[in-house]
This record gives sequence, structure tokens and C-alpha cells, in this order.
Amino acid sequence: MYVATKGGEKAIDAAHAWLAAERRGNPDVPELSIAQIREQMALAVNRVMAEGSLYDRDLAALAIKQARGDLIEAVFLIRAYRTTLPRFGASAPVETGAMALTRRISATFKDVPGGQVLGPTFDYTHRLLDFALMAEGEAPLAPQDPAPQDTAPHVLGLLDRDGLMEPLPDGAEVPPDLTREPLEMPANRALRLQALARGDEGFVLGMAYSTQRGYGRTHAFVGELRIGTVMVEMEIPELGFSVEIGEVELTECETVNQFTGSKTEPPQFTRGYGLVLGQSERKAISMSLVDRALRWAELGEENTGAPAQDSEFVLYHCDNIQATGFLEHIKLPHYVDFQSELELIRRLRRDAGHMQEAAE
Amino acid sequence: MSSLSSDPQPRRAYMGLLARAPAHRLAELLPDLPTYAWLRAPEIGAVMVRGRMGATGAPFNLGEMSVTRCVLKLDDGTVGHAHVQGRDKAHATRAALIDALMQGAQANQIEADVLAPLRADEAARREAQAQKAAATKVEFFTMVRGED
Repeated sequence: MYVATKGGEKAIDAAHAWLAAERRGNPDVPELSIAQIREQMALAVNRVMAEGSLYDRDLAALAIKQARGDLIEAVFLIRAYRTTLPRFGASAPVETGAMALTRRISATFKDVPGGQVLGPTFDYTHRLLDFALMAEGEAPLAPQDPAPQDTAPHVLGLLDRDGLMEPLPDGAEVPPDLTREPLEMPANRALRLQALARGDEGFVLGMAYSTQRGYGRTHAFVGELRIGTVMVEMEIPELGFSVEIGEVELTECETVNQFTGSKTEPPQFTRGYGLVLGQSERKAISMSLVDRALRWAELGEENTGAPAQDSEFVLYHCDNIQATGFLEHIKLPHYVDFQSELELIRRLRRDAGHMQEAAE
Repeated sequence: MSSLSSDPQPRRAYMGLLARAPAHRLAELLPDLPTYAWLRAPEIGAVMVRGRMGATGAPFNLGEMSVTRCVLKLDDGTVGHAHVQGRDKAHATRAALIDALMQGAQANQIEADVLAPLRADEAARREAQAQKAAATKVEFFTMVRGED
């Protein structure tokens, strides 16, 4: 237990003033603008939006600036802000099949309708530091080719058409919301996906990696990974119809995994699903692997005791704000607690001393 | 309201266009605002964005987005609504004003001066993005497989 303490106001004020000065850094160096962070630190902004669970690029950029680049602190600021917002409603489920694609690849088929689109990827870069970026230069231009008017249907939809994919079960039209009701176990798939979508990228990555290394192996192939923008549409009661209220960038990953089937059902591939706000394919792939691992019970698989199969373990520990809150609280004053520990150890040592004397 | 009885599709289309438009562009295209009264002053809030498991299955809650909404009334009593992405109250105000003006005698003027340029901007932006994507389209050729 930690206790309230008094005093220290002056020191706290001075600490915060120093923090503000450190945030600014050397005043001889130009100050970063929110727009610069938004445009040039876009993937950090995306991560803060995804884990902060609020799609607003300017706010995420502001949070990164305020947090001095500490992304978990920035997520914390966004989470705190979002609790102050009234909830206007929920959107219709977004249509990722109608996504305006900037990237779309499949690791299962090389020829897919709509083609494989690399997009602005780090893949195939050499991961060598580019010292040219240390100098200011002309803004680079992306090459452009005539854009075909073809569509890019979901790859798994093609397998589904042939009956090779497990069917997607129906669910509640109004899914449970862990921001409204405490997350309780057992959590259904809708809740698990919500928790994973806002979960810490590093944690979800580690869990996904553990399944690849054999702890709850699911033999995942990336059936499709797509990044792009979708329209967000919401029913407006006073208008009596739904309108598009904006557009968000999403990353979606669908995995194809090994089989399910029974005496009555022929074998079918199973699915893992990842969907993340913004551009974050590492997170989306990780999410789909963990989603698949957590589905062991509904697919009649063996629980091997792997961490990634344990929904309570995964879901209660994937939130970096809950985790950091509990972790960091132990640095707050615990003087009374520790005082009692100190008395206890002194008494134990005293008793041990008496016993030793008695033995001698 | 007349729009409720008639086809809402054109209104839905321009409301979406206005919601997605950059606020500064809207301010350029509609610099002078007619007089109006608030029925609901601009309010910033959040909308829960939903996805579908497996892209086409049952819905789940993905995360929220910031949205600003308002309702206003022109001097002639026409009501305009807006729900726009982000936290820009001036953006929501202009979107609601345009919604109201589009229901009156100035509709053709607004269509030509504001909506048509916005539509052209958006089409150009989408086309540029699609062209950049097209330039990164690949054909993979399968090579003889190694041991891995």
C-alpha cells in the first residue's frame, strides 16, 4: 500500500519546470511542430493512435511531443484524453474489402486478383543507415504509374468460395466494449480482438513470436496483409440515415492456418485476424497470430499450456497503460509498508540471534 | 424536413465529402459565412469504429476516432447538420452551413463553388495515391526452392 504524503510542492514544481525545459532541449535547435511530428514521425503517431485507441493524428503527435518521444507515456496521455470525450455512437463495421489500398500482399498466392502492391514498405531495404538523411535535401517524389480500375477482393474470400476456409460464425450485432464494461473472463472473440487491437505492440509481438517458436503453434501463413483507407459511416438518428463521418487508415492481416474438421465436416483451413488503426503491419500480423492461438478451445484443439493460448494471461497483460500504471506505482512512497517490513526483518534477526545464543 | 421524404443519397454523398475535406480548404472555398443560430453548438466527441472479425464476420470494437458535430439554423429556418472527423469546430460549422445552404435556393451556387472543387480535390488525391500504389505493383516469379 502506498500512502498520501504532504510537502514537496516546491520541488515538484521545479521538477516539472525542468521537465518542460528538457522537453524543449537545446533552444539553439529549432522547435518541433505538431505538423512535423505528424508528417515525419508518422509510424510513431500510428502506434500512439492504435494503442491509445483514438484515431486523431494531431492529438497523437501532440502527445508524442509532450511525452518527449516516450510512446507509452504518449499513449497514456491519449487514453486519459479519450475518457473526457462524450461517445456519439458507434460506426457501421468498416468495409475493408473496399479499402483504398496503399499496400496489399499475399504470402499464399503469387497471383491474386488486384495484384500484389508493395506500397511504402521497409521490406527489401538494406537496413543500412542512410547518412543522406542527415543533410537537408529536396523532398523525394514517389513514382506513379497509371492506376488500373480493378478491384482487390479479399484473398481468403477466394478460398472461402471453394469451401476451404472455416465459416465465420455470426455474432452479436452490438459487440461488447471493454471501455464500458470491465474485461471479464472468459472473453469472447470480439472482446479479445478489441483488447489486442489496443494492446502493446511489443507484448503482442512477443506472444505471436512464441507461437511461431512452438508455444501454441498454429502454422500461420499470411493469406493477406492490406493497408489503406476505409470510410467510416455512422447512423445519425436525427437525420434518419447514415453518413460518412470520415476516413481512417487501417492495417489488416488475415492468416490461413492448419486445419479443423470432424467426422461430419471435411478439413478446412482456420483463420486468425488482425486489424489495427493506422499503418502497423508488425502489430496486425502479431494480432492475427495471437487471435488464432487464443481460438484453441472453439476449434477443439489441445491446450498445451502455452502462454499465447491463455486468454486471461494475454488479455490482462497486453495493455501497456494498465501494466505501466501498476508497475510504476511501486516507485511512489511506500514508507509505511516498508517500515513494517523493516520491523519484521529486525525481529526475525533478533529471534535468530536469541536462538543461536541459546544453542551455544 | 424535405430531405426525409426525398432520396437522401445526394445529401449523404456531400455530407461525407464535407466530413473528409481538409478544414483549411473548406475555409478557402467558403470564406464568408451567412448568419445562423445554433441548435446544437459544436461539440467534440468520439465515435467507436467497428470492424468485422475475419473482415466479413461478426462486428467488434476496433477503437475510437474524434468527431465534431453541430446543428444550426439559417435565418430562413433551414436546418443544417454536420458530423466531421477531427476536432475542428470551424470545419463542423462550415459543413453544417453548407448542408443548410444546399437545401435552399443557393444549392447550385454552393455545388459549383464548394462541392465541385472539393470533389475534384478528393478525386485527385485518390488518383495520386492509386498511381503510387500502381507503381509498386509486383509480379513475383517462383524460383527453385531451397532447403528452407
